[in-house]
Amino acid sequence: MKQTRNNPELDVSIIVDHDKCIANKGCRVCIDACPTDILILDDEGKIRMAYDECWYCLPCQQDCPTKAIRVEMPYLVR
Amino acid sequence: MTIRNVTVDILVIGGGTAGPIAAIKAKAKAPNLAVLLLDKANVKRSGAIAEGMDSVNNAIIPGYATPEQYVREITIANDGIVNQRALMAYAARSYDMIRELDKWGVKFEKDETGDYAVKKVHHLGSYVLPMPEGYNVKKVIFRQIKRLGVEVSNRLTATRLLIGKDGRVAGAIALDSRSGEIVLVRARAVVLCTGAAGRLGLPTSGYLFGTYENPTNAGDGYSMAYHAGAELSGLECFQINPLIKDYNGPACAYVTGPFGGYTVNARGERFIKSDYWSGQMMLEFWRELESGNGPVFLKLNHLADETVTRIENVLHVTERPSRGLFHKGRGADYRNDLVEMYISEIGLCGGHSASGVWVDEHARTTAPGLYAAGDLCNVAHNYMLGAMVYGQIAGEDAVDYIDGLALPDYDAEQVERERERILAPLARANGLSASKVEYKLRRMVNDYLQPPKVTRKMEIGLQRFAEIRDDLKQIKAGNPHELMRAIEVHAILDCAELAARASLYRTESRWGLYHYRIDFPERDDARWNCFVEARKDINGNPEFFKRPVPEYITPIDNDERNAYNELRIEAAHTQGTT
Repeated sequence: MKQTRNNPELDVSIIVDHDKCIANKGCRVCIDACPTDILILDDEGKIRMAYDECWYCLPCQQDCPTKAIRVEMPYLVR
Repeated sequence: MTIRNVTVDILVIGGGTAGPIAAIKAKAKAPNLAVLLLDKANVKRSGAIAEGMDSVNNAIIPGYATPEQYVREITIANDGIVNQRALMAYAARSYDMIRELDKWGVKFEKDETGDYAVKKVHHLGSYVLPMPEGYNVKKVIFRQIKRLGVEVSNRLTATRLLIGKDGRVAGAIALDSRSGEIVLVRARAVVLCTGAAGRLGLPTSGYLFGTYENPTNAGDGYSMAYHAGAELSGLECFQINPLIKDYNGPACAYVTGPFGGYTVNARGERFIKSDYWSGQMMLEFWRELESGNGPVFLKLNHLADETVTRIENVLHVTERPSRGLFHKGRGADYRNDLVEMYISEIGLCGGHSASGVWVDEHARTTAPGLYAAGDLCNVAHNYMLGAMVYGQIAGEDAVDYIDGLALPDYDAEQVERERERILAPLARANGLSASKVEYKLRRMVNDYLQPPKVTRKMEIGLQRFAEIRDDLKQIKAGNPHELMRAIEVHAILDCAELAARASLYRTESRWGLYHYRIDFPERDDARWNCFVEARKDINGNPEFFKRPVPEYITPIDNDERNAYNELRIEAAHTQGTT
């Protein structure tokens, strides 16, 4: 089985479609839009949610130029 | 680590609603001045209106309302404890601000003739101007920021104001939450626009960031103003809102009311006459939840399908657009289902209630060189448009204030102490996470401060807060982001302690649920028809005192004085108890 480094405590409610994401072209729109600054560019050059601090406010999803982001309600408020 | 130095003429802290307008208006008045707008997030998408706004809650449009009538309405809604001159400073500029925003490109609802389509939601007058396409407010304002050449600095969390050797506020110290750098911004005037203390109570979901307010608004400004010696006002007048249960955002009655939506109990009966958010309304809401008649719901399922669609086209695209996502996740539809409502966690907010940094009608705080605007200042029920108008007042007044004033000297020792305070969690090998300390603190806030307020509980709360103050020395952070969260806990703790002490000081009940004390259940105008103020004394401890209500400029008729204490529809109450 493929090993992952995912932290089960981290509720990843921001889903990034890496096939659509153009972070590798220099795009940082979602990272800049996030008020709580929870989206990062990881070591593999991919955007991911790094902190369990999502306010489900949606600018990351709405401002993404390729519609690569889908926000879900965090589990505790779902 | 070195400190980055920046010097400007006017520093505006907080790029949400009031701050951008303060910076724009200062720069427009004096284009030669260096105006810096600093934000913890990114000005393009920060603050309470990051996703726009669904209505203006206090539009004073000629032909619908007058500034005098508005001042009277808010005086009554806030149980008499207002500075009418400060309310009037907003009211007199309200219409001009709407027209200016309209010119910039913000969309307000208009009727067939092109007039603003004002609705009645308040108990007495008509002040609600819907913004069904209000999702673009921030972007429209950002265009003005760029057009005027206001300098913007993002991802800086201001932590303390600099106090100059002459006692004037001399700038601020901030943490760059990306690089971990400490930034020293010197300025000749500072406008503080950091929003509400929105991470004070813990939402019932238990989710730290599931707050009513934008969670970036942790109360930093209250703490900074307090430590700079400014007077804080009405910290016992909590912000408590009726919200969609679990989602913890507004439903929103101001949008749905004009379409025919209203609040009901479990029997489907109306029990409040007005859905306008006031402490008195919240008290009736709380009583209904506590009685056998709860839960409380927002009712829309009697409306025509196309009416519901129009409501969805507002509620699901602006202010808190994930409302639609939330309902969908639970298979709920306004057409068939009632929306379960609940009471929010407590917060401090001038814009919704009246708890904030004391300002006069020029947006000046009591600390020289320091202005406050928006949710942070104590101008009651000021909301989005009031934030913008007070931003304007502050920005323009600051330009006049600094004319001829030199840049104040700052105290290098203060900077060094603050640098150590900010960076300490990085140096610890082991310790508590900021989120764990924050969780415990905010749970204690719920346990001991959530109204109805009980004297003994608030005293115990203060003991717990003192213990948590010791715990701050154990917080560990692994990176600049966590450092930001750690320093926020300090501000939340300051707010919690001040809110408890202010609540204990006012030995009466007032503002409905906002300050409902079981031990002192009656309003006592003979002793408490005044503001309660907090400030840091010369020994560094909080002191509390009374500030008289300034003489009214527009008197209140006796027959209107108690209008907001008569919000309950008695029929529903009687049916519920028989």
